Amino acid sequence: MTNPLKKYGDARKERIDDLAKLAKPRQTAAVGSSVSAGGTGGPGSVGVDDAGTVHEAPGVSLIASAWRRLRRNPVFLTGAFITVSFILLAIFARVIAPHDPAIGYLIDKVRPQSNPVPGPEEGFPLGADNVGRDLLSRLIVGSQQTLIVGVFATVFGLIGGLILGTLAGAFSGWIDSTVMRVVDVMLSIPSLLLALSISALAPSPSQWTLIIAIAVVQVPIFARLLRGTMLQQRSSDHVLAARALGIKRSAIIFRHMLPNALGPVIVQATLVLAVSIIDAAGLSFLGLGNPDDRAPEWGQMLGQSQQFIYDDPQLAFYPAACIIVVALGFTLMGESLREALDPKSRR
Amino acid sequence: MTRSTDAPLLSVENLSVTFQRQGEEPFRAVDGVSFAVRPGETVGLVGESGCGKSVTSLAIMGLLPKRGNKVTGRVDYEGTDLLSLSDDAMRDRRGKDIAMVFQDPLSSLNPVIPVGVQVTEVLERHRGMSRKAAMPMAVDLLKRVGIPDPNRRVKDYPHQMSGGMRQRALIAIALACAPRLLIADEPTTALDVTIQAQILALLKELVQDTGTALIMITHDLGVVAGLCDEVNVLYGGKIVERGDRHELFADPRHPYTNGLLNSIPRLDAPAGERLNPIPGSVADNLPWDHACAFAPRCSQPIEVCTATMPELESAGSRALRCHNPVQRTEWKEDAR
Repeated sequence: MTNPLKKYGDARKERIDDLAKLAKPRQTAAVGSSVSAGGTGGPGSVGVDDAGTVHEAPGVSLIASAWRRLRRNPVFLTGAFITVSFILLAIFARVIAPHDPAIGYLIDKVRPQSNPVPGPEEGFPLGADNVGRDLLSRLIVGSQQTLIVGVFATVFGLIGGLILGTLAGAFSGWIDSTVMRVVDVMLSIPSLLLALSISALAPSPSQWTLIIAIAVVQVPIFARLLRGTMLQQRSSDHVLAARALGIKRSAIIFRHMLPNALGPVIVQATLVLAVSIIDAAGLSFLGLGNPDDRAPEWGQMLGQSQQFIYDDPQLAFYPAACIIVVALGFTLMGESLREALDPKSRR
Repeated sequence: MTRSTDAPLLSVENLSVTFQRQGEEPFRAVDGVSFAVRPGETVGLVGESGCGKSVTSLAIMGLLPKRGNKVTGRVDYEGTDLLSLSDDAMRDRRGKDIAMVFQDPLSSLNPVIPVGVQVTEVLERHRGMSRKAAMPMAVDLLKRVGIPDPNRRVKDYPHQMSGGMRQRALIAIALACAPRLLIADEPTTALDVTIQAQILALLKELVQDTGTALIMITHDLGVVAGLCDEVNVLYGGKIVERGDRHELFADPRHPYTNGLLNSIPRLDAPAGERLNPIPGSVADNLPWDHACAFAPRCSQPIEVCTATMPELESAGSRALRCHNPVQRTEWKEDAR
């Protein structure tokens, strides 16, 4: 009687053979490069002079292996595409924009009663706003402000969070408690409300009050995250090993703990970037952004379009769509980065 | 190999470590442990999980957390009591005079720094060398511990190395400043058997070549048999038996040591024979104050075992803490 499981066994064997065939060239290379360090193994010692083989290919770092996975991830590619085009658009906005966003080219066409917002026409594909300025140019140039506010708010928030988080994570005891209670208080206030209050404190609203307000809101998020990962690092084996080697405290914090704790924080930064952009738009919408509407900003455009929302919804639609797409791009990129750098998915 | 006439490099006298948390009973993890290590000698600390092996080593290194524990006794390193040193003074000694090899080589290496830099870091710290000057030494060290192609390997990150190579790298880091005492805390536990043999052979060779004293912490009696000159068997934070490895393996006196040796699977045992474990677990321990902690798990307890604590009685190189020691005849005839 034949074994009913035999065909499975055969299939498996074939598969293994196929794999072996595939693996062969690499294997020979690996064997060829195995070098035994001479002179260490004394006679009779149990193969001290051979610690195994060396792979011919140069090793891949954490980032390189993450990149290998990311390269094939459609979610990441979509996010990266949106993000990169947004950044390029913002950098070259003045070159790309067909018209000056501050000049009312179509002001002659504006009739406050019959035609408050001129529609699309030759050279102005999206039409103009209520003072005759080219809508497309304003959208393109508006990306600059959005990028500046988003990036700077995130960077400042990150710096603040790094300082607080490192302090709290590196020193236990009262420093940790004090810093974390402050962070808790900040986190307990709704973020937009906090940003609103901070920007309202400024004597005159401007781009920079917007940046500072949003940055302050991000600080506790980063601080708390970093403290958590720092604490995890502090109790890790390699930090104990470093202490056992008499490494100085500052070196342990800045070379052994911080770089290892930074990964989740950097990923969080890409996610926070999206939140910053939305917050910035929200605050500008409420009139707390740059009051000078010659420099367009998407949230501010959205706010100004309110009075025309029934007859000309495109004035609100275009900037809103821009905000959504850009925020989505950063979020997609951040999420897939987080997945790729997650140590659990490594190897 | 054993130069027992030399003065000890490190002598641990009556070391006790008590962990205490607010509102909880204090727990004595290490209880009056004494032993000595001479240059070129290997002393083993053997015992199961929770018997205080690792806490002993951390206490010697001064690496226990500052709060929540009390360390008493004396750790004499060539005349200085390490326990009385300030943090800074102790930090200067760690890595230079005393180094440690840890259990899990992957998690004990910093994942974001190339291995070579981790070797040079110690040299930079204790020898005041620049990284550039220290790099050739790092290559030499990696070569010495048997890492092939060290010139390229110095640039590798820990995750690019195999387990055995990582452990070799850890040993290279520990040896960077030529410490006179090396503490190896279960250095072979995370490795497979063939690599274990290589690492042990490497350690043995290093001890013999350089006259480094080695404290070997392990739960593996095979490691002890292959490496240690003197063996201390720990149970519940106390040394229960001490002896030269040959004597100890040939003639275990304490029922715990005897049980450990009996529980090792034997190649020459008849097929189907079951292992002889020591019944119970560390959780069954009695407090040492008024009993023998091992009594509930002991194969031959007598009445006095649950009434008074046995004292450590030494005779020559042997020492024993037991009311009712194993008689030689009870041990299987083929001991060694």
